[in-house]
Amino acid sequence: MTRDHTPLVLVAICACLLAAAPVAPQWLVFLLTLALAKGLVVLGLVLLMRTGLVSFGQGLYFGLGAYAAALLSARGGVLDGLVMIVAGIVVAAAIAAAIGLLLARYREIFFAMLSLAFSMILYGLLVKSSTLGSTDGFNLHAKSFAGVALADGVGGRVFYAAAVIAALGAGLAVHRYLGSHYGRLATAIRDNELRVEYLGASVFRVVYANYVAAGALGGLGGALAALAVGHVDPETTYWTTSGEFVFVAVLGGTGNVLAPFLAAGVFEAVRTLANQYAPNVWQMTLGVVMLLLILFLPAGLWSLVARRKATT
Amino acid sequence: MVARRAAEGDNVNPILVATGVNRSFGAVVAAADLNVAVAPESIVGLIGANGAGKTTFINMVTGYLKPSSGSIRCDGRELTALEPRRVTQLGVSRSFQIPQLFNTLSVRENLLVAVGIVAAAAHAWAHSDLSPGRAGTATDEMLERFGLGSYRDRPAGLLPEGVRKLLDVAMALVVKPRVLLLDEPTSGVSADEKFAIMDLVMGAARGVTVLFVEHDMDIVGRYARRVLAFADGRIIADGEPAAVLADAEVRRYVIGEDHA
Repeated sequence: MTRDHTPLVLVAICACLLAAAPVAPQWLVFLLTLALAKGLVVLGLVLLMRTGLVSFGQGLYFGLGAYAAALLSARGGVLDGLVMIVAGIVVAAAIAAAIGLLLARYREIFFAMLSLAFSMILYGLLVKSSTLGSTDGFNLHAKSFAGVALADGVGGRVFYAAAVIAALGAGLAVHRYLGSHYGRLATAIRDNELRVEYLGASVFRVVYANYVAAGALGGLGGALAALAVGHVDPETTYWTTSGEFVFVAVLGGTGNVLAPFLAAGVFEAVRTLANQYAPNVWQMTLGVVMLLLILFLPAGLWSLVARRKATT
Repeated sequence: MVARRAAEGDNVNPILVATGVNRSFGAVVAAADLNVAVAPESIVGLIGANGAGKTTFINMVTGYLKPSSGSIRCDGRELTALEPRRVTQLGVSRSFQIPQLFNTLSVRENLLVAVGIVAAAAHAWAHSDLSPGRAGTATDEMLERFGLGSYRDRPAGLLPEGVRKLLDVAMALVVKPRVLLLDEPTSGVSADEKFAIMDLVMGAARGVTVLFVEHDMDIVGRYARRVLAFADGRIIADGEPAAVLADAEVRRYVIGEDHA
């Protein structure tokens, strides 16, 4: 039996990331904040994938979290970053709790398409709503974080630190959950729902709980991304955004809670580099990466780490 | 002619009672006015040709199918309108003709899932029955009892059929049922393995009321204390094995086909 080092590694990496917060260049802070925010959304997706479900609509919760945070600031006059993040989580979780009642009854392509449909409904509403800025969206800004006023220029670094701590908390919680009876039960549901029911457990309850948790993580990621960018627009709920989350989940693999963050980091870095050096072939680069991955690393980037571990 | 009255089933306080149960699929009658009372701790063999209604009966008792009419009770509690999950929670569990396992999980993890579900249902958090140590001990006992120790880390999807059958029954017993229904526990298993599997299963199920579907009359004769013979959705004979197996109608409709 190998010892489980994941919590330790997670804490160590987050400590390094936090230590870098005051000194890292601005562009890196921004890139890492976005990577962590998207990693959180993908972590929720990984949770769902344990029960065998792939959502092509996590953009719904990413967008809800972003708009909830932005509306508080731009319309509600609440200018505290932490309150905006909490609002993003609460709104996304509440909507997930309602939609989950329906979605947790569907499987496979039906689940995937219904989740996509709900995200596109929100996209449609946002695009049509002139009070919410229509396709242009609107700006937001935070003047304080947890009651502490933000000096000029440090906002981005504070949001980055918040993203690191959120990733640490969520990563540890999900890791613990997946290692518990309920994590194993999720895999059991993916394998054979009939047997789970005949053992006396409710399949619906487990799928529903995972769906709501994934929604909350999506809202958290959306609020963090909105704060970092300082702007929200309907693109956050568009299907290409949801597709990107699935892409990153496949890129990382579902073997470990570190994988979504690793993959999100690689994804954001590749995109930034490609935008800079080869803006016209960015989509093609992405396609080639995906093709190579499925051919040579079907279990995702994480299998490289796992393989190295196995040989040492 | 075998007496319709059960040898030991109609006595005081039966644990499982089916009354006037009917079920049809379109024009096919799978259950026609079934009336069965099973005494606690009895071992009942269900025999009949394919399509005679044995599995339909098990499916109706365990909530997979709803009877068109009639009622099924366990220990006085109505099972008829309940979902499989609720039926299991009331103490009735089952195995399947095609074993229903978690194929990507190891044998031990399969049993851990089952043990965990039972502990969670009993709100055992406070008693730490869900702690890895306790759950592990309960699981290892189950592995031992079913002789599955040597397969413990093998994924269930890669097991020989006989081992899959055993694991399927072991899963059904983890929930500590009072009534256990086994759908062809020895089908797909070589003839010389059959008795060994039944010995293990019956040993593990001691004190539990067992109903099992079986096509091998040697197995039925050896393990059942009472036999229900099904034909065209009806129970055509009900009694002690020797009497039922000697019955002319049973020989024509059930055994005759098997040995044709």
